Amino acid sequence: MPIQGEYQGMMLTIDDLDGENRDFFRHCAEGSFHLQRGTKSGLLRYPPTTACPWTSERESEWVPVEGKGEVHSYVEVHHAIQPAFKDKVPYLVLLVDLDTQKGAPTEHEALRVAGNLMTEDGEFAPPEMIKSVGIGTRVKMIFVQVADGFALPHWVIDGDATQPETPWRYPQE
Amino acid sequence: MVASGASDVDTSTSKHLRGKYAICGIGETSYRRGSDQTTRSLATWAIKNAMDDAGMNAGDVDGMLSYSGNDSTFSTFVAGDLGIRLNFYMDVHGGGSSTECLIGIAIGVIEAGLCKTVAIYRAMNGFSAVRIGGTGARSAAPVTGDQIHHRAYGWQSAGQMFAPSFLRHMYDYGTTPEQVAHVKVAHSNHASNNPKAYYKTRLTPEDVVNSRVICKPLHLLDCCVETDNATCIIVTGIDRARDCPNPPAVIQAIAGRTCKPRADMHYQHGPISTVAGYYAKDILWPNAGVGPEDIDVTGAYDAFTFTAMLQLEDYGFCKKGEGGDYVSSGIINLGGARPNNTSGGHLCEGYTHGMSMVIENTRQLRGEVDDFCPIGPDGKRQHTYDYAEGGCRQVKGAELTANLGWANPGTGSAMVMAKDR
Repeated sequence: MPIQGEYQGMMLTIDDLDGENRDFFRHCAEGSFHLQRGTKSGLLRYPPTTACPWTSERESEWVPVEGKGEVHSYVEVHHAIQPAFKDKVPYLVLLVDLDTQKGAPTEHEALRVAGNLMTEDGEFAPPEMIKSVGIGTRVKMIFVQVADGFALPHWVIDGDATQPETPWRYPQE
Repeated sequence: MVASGASDVDTSTSKHLRGKYAICGIGETSYRRGSDQTTRSLATWAIKNAMDDAGMNAGDVDGMLSYSGNDSTFSTFVAGDLGIRLNFYMDVHGGGSSTECLIGIAIGVIEAGLCKTVAIYRAMNGFSAVRIGGTGARSAAPVTGDQIHHRAYGWQSAGQMFAPSFLRHMYDYGTTPEQVAHVKVAHSNHASNNPKAYYKTRLTPEDVVNSRVICKPLHLLDCCVETDNATCIIVTGIDRARDCPNPPAVIQAIAGRTCKPRADMHYQHGPISTVAGYYAKDILWPNAGVGPEDIDVTGAYDAFTFTAMLQLEDYGFCKKGEGGDYVSSGIINLGGARPNNTSGGHLCEGYTHGMSMVIENTRQLRGEVDDFCPIGPDGKRQHTYDYAEGGCRQVKGAELTANLGWANPGTGSAMVMAKDR
């Protein structure tokens, strides 16, 4: 059976043949971020796939990964395309460098995990919070439930972390 | 810089087809919103125009290639409509950067003896049916599988998907919104000299940065125009092309859908402010036997102002990080050292997924750009080289052009063409 859930007015579906995504989102539903680690390379990868991008090997294991990192870049949407997001603007999609495996296996590589900027209680961040976030902001992961065995990873400002004095923001507010 | 750079790119590709194939025919429909026609109808119109341009009838074309994203018609339909009996055809899935790549495939299949002359087309109702900006049917489609990792976050349209690269370039190199706005300014100036252009009004950098924000860093006027149109390019061997009524645009080299590592999710492999042209340049320039400094006219894909800038930079038209200076220096304007998208491009003329930029450069090499200059008694345009509004857009002495096609930050194609000797 496919796993389906309505989320923000969109129907999201994980096909029953799609083992990688089913496992990925099930771990999220259990409140623990997991990524695949290639058994030969020992390297983590995102998003879930069926082979290791560094060795092409198909063998991997799911391992828990700390959901903490730093905003690498972002998009701040003011004109929504999808009907579900029309009443969410402005909203942020963050591309976050996880602390784990940052700069490996080569200098400019990182596990760059997407998600929206949310409040601690899983709501879309209000405009004043959006204005405090930019490249360099420290964030931590939260999970928002979609269905049984299916949650989405998202990001909140990490209140415990030392934040940059002025994270880099696009110059026009 | 990227560790796995130029040294791991295969530049040993055979160069023996340099100068052996050419574009002999080009055709377009009008660029409109509200075509009131099917893509099948648009395609036959553009192909017939290209056949007329090449002086060819149905019996002279025996190959066909097209690309689309579930939004167009197929070769078998339009070939049948036009009375063309095909010896080869292929309809592929693709958007931007398909043009140059399919020209490469056309050369390959002709060289392999599958057919002799290939018509490549792209037909789309990019405004009236499947909207290129991503609203409508595309945005309402169910979200499944790998798409969950982006569409569930409201991260779907081309502008939304590319924006992290654009912003990061500003962060890494200090590129400003005003600098990048000059791409739109230049292309709007060019479009004002193009009777076919959908938007002909000349704009200022202030117009661009004061237009409403779509998704940062993109303002409305940083984004291309959605239009309905079809376009066609006919490719054949150089000898056959020389028998056609118009001078051949001779193909010197092609890079076809060259990718960054991790093309599935290219953001994993940085720097994310570097695009696929960084890799494609090491195929393009050695095979063409020229460098960026030799090029007279560029056709850097302008789905957005930023895409033109990033590609010009990574193909080596300026130093890495200096794209903002390059596009705001006047070089890319008509009358500048190396004008870009002299038709007005996707930002102003109309959106064709890259075809129109190759068509424009073919015209530049022929010396017969269809601007507002008067037509002389010999039926040819008398170019004034006065680039004021409503005037000329022919580049004087254009001998070498480069098209830089963009699919996304992780994938691109390119082509160098030369005037026939």
